[in-house]
Amino acid sequence: MAHGSGWTREQMAARAASELRDGSYVNLGIGLPTLVPNYVADDVELVLQSENGILGVGAYPFDGEEHPDLINAGKETVTLRKGASFFDSATSFGMIRGGKIDAAILGAMQVSAAGDIANWMIPGKMVKGMGGAMDLVHGAKRVIVLMEHTAKDGSLKILEQCHLPYTGKRVVQRIITDLAVIDVIDPATGEVAPSGTLGERVLKLIELAPGVTEDEVRAKTEPHLT
Amino acid sequence: MDKVVSSAAEAVADIPDGATLSVGGFGLCGIPSVLIDAVLRADIRELEAISNNCGVDDWGLGRLLVEKRLRRMTASYVGENKEFARQYLAGELEVELTPQGTLAERMRAGGSGIAAFFTATGVGTQVAEGGLPWKYDDAGHVAIASPPKQTQIFSTADGEREYVLEHAIVADFGLVRAWKGDRHGNLIYRQSARNFNPLAAMCGRITIAEVEELLEPGELDPNDVHTPGVYVQRVVALTPEQANDKRIEKVTTRPRPDVLEGNAATPGSGG
Repeated sequence: MAHGSGWTREQMAARAASELRDGSYVNLGIGLPTLVPNYVADDVELVLQSENGILGVGAYPFDGEEHPDLINAGKETVTLRKGASFFDSATSFGMIRGGKIDAAILGAMQVSAAGDIANWMIPGKMVKGMGGAMDLVHGAKRVIVLMEHTAKDGSLKILEQCHLPYTGKRVVQRIITDLAVIDVIDPATGEVAPSGTLGERVLKLIELAPGVTEDEVRAKTEPHLT
Repeated sequence: MDKVVSSAAEAVADIPDGATLSVGGFGLCGIPSVLIDAVLRADIRELEAISNNCGVDDWGLGRLLVEKRLRRMTASYVGENKEFARQYLAGELEVELTPQGTLAERMRAGGSGIAAFFTATGVGTQVAEGGLPWKYDDAGHVAIASPPKQTQIFSTADGEREYVLEHAIVADFGLVRAWKGDRHGNLIYRQSARNFNPLAAMCGRITIAEVEELLEPGELDPNDVHTPGVYVQRVVALTPEQANDKRIEKVTTRPRPDVLEGNAATPGSGG
């Protein structure tokens, strides 16, 4: 950030990477989340899932070694890591829906106090489709949103209620922004609320980025932070 | 038993106007491009396609789209296709957007004798509550919107959760692409070209497989078969030229270490 406080995009990715334990099965959304593996500690091995049917996605291939039969869900050519596997799309989303994927890290346009997320369509613009986003937010064991705290025009993104069409309701567990880390908790227990279950939720401020004040985060977050 | 037919044209000859087609592939990966071209040449119209994507403007299902052979499309992501957007917004094409995992499971269910199933995917969104624009009129207003779906609350280990009822898909014809296949229709797919192909095969009443390499019964190890031949009614052997005619949507590579020190570019995922 211009005034030298908060996390850069790389630091946000590194902060998200610190969430992931050795042996985690992780699905990464497009954009910023794709940087996360670059910041995982040397003793942490992740298995990246690509929902078109790969566990164990590796780096991009060397020039000239790309193959049309080996792509990720972003339709990019990729390679495999040792121990990788292939499967069909029903099995792929079976493991996502079945809670076998430890974490999904994805961007969002809006997140609400209840852990609702909107990230797939803007009314009036061409609808491209939800792809696997709805399945991922309703299925992954832990849904981590990685996004700028506010929009480029300064409008708030963490809101009492999303104004954009929902991708999922009561599904987000943690929000990591350039300013802070915020959890979505069950006020009765104080624990992070499991994905998709019924019941009340509130936001809890967990951590401030360096140089960021609590007042700044509260000013840029519409719902009350406990 | 020999399910091999002499050509793609012969394999698709009895597909009537108005048929529903389940089509394998993800993006341009693993699409039955030769069968799609045969459908195009056969001048079959008013088709309803069920496929994760709709190709690009000049390849895959996009070729049927450009020639206005598609009446309706069920897909999860159609963002790579400009003509698709034009026909949809002009009211020429009906589009049912379905979450990708729900689409895969609806196809699997259709081939498995399951009429419908409850999933949490889409609960609380327009997918369950209705209102997604399926078809526009020529004035740009929504002519057909998706209906609300039945929901039900079930107890889970984590607590009570709402689920939405999604119906199975059965298609008149399934079109798939396999790496290897034998005369009984047993199929093996290569790498991530598997994707929706086994499901498109399952939900077709008559499934046609184009195979890059045709083998005799017994030459495929039964341990390795992905789609058992019971799901496949016709097999088309591709020429080596047809088998190698594949396209890549986004070539992403890194320099060879001997050219430049490689950086750890790490790919992610998307629609």
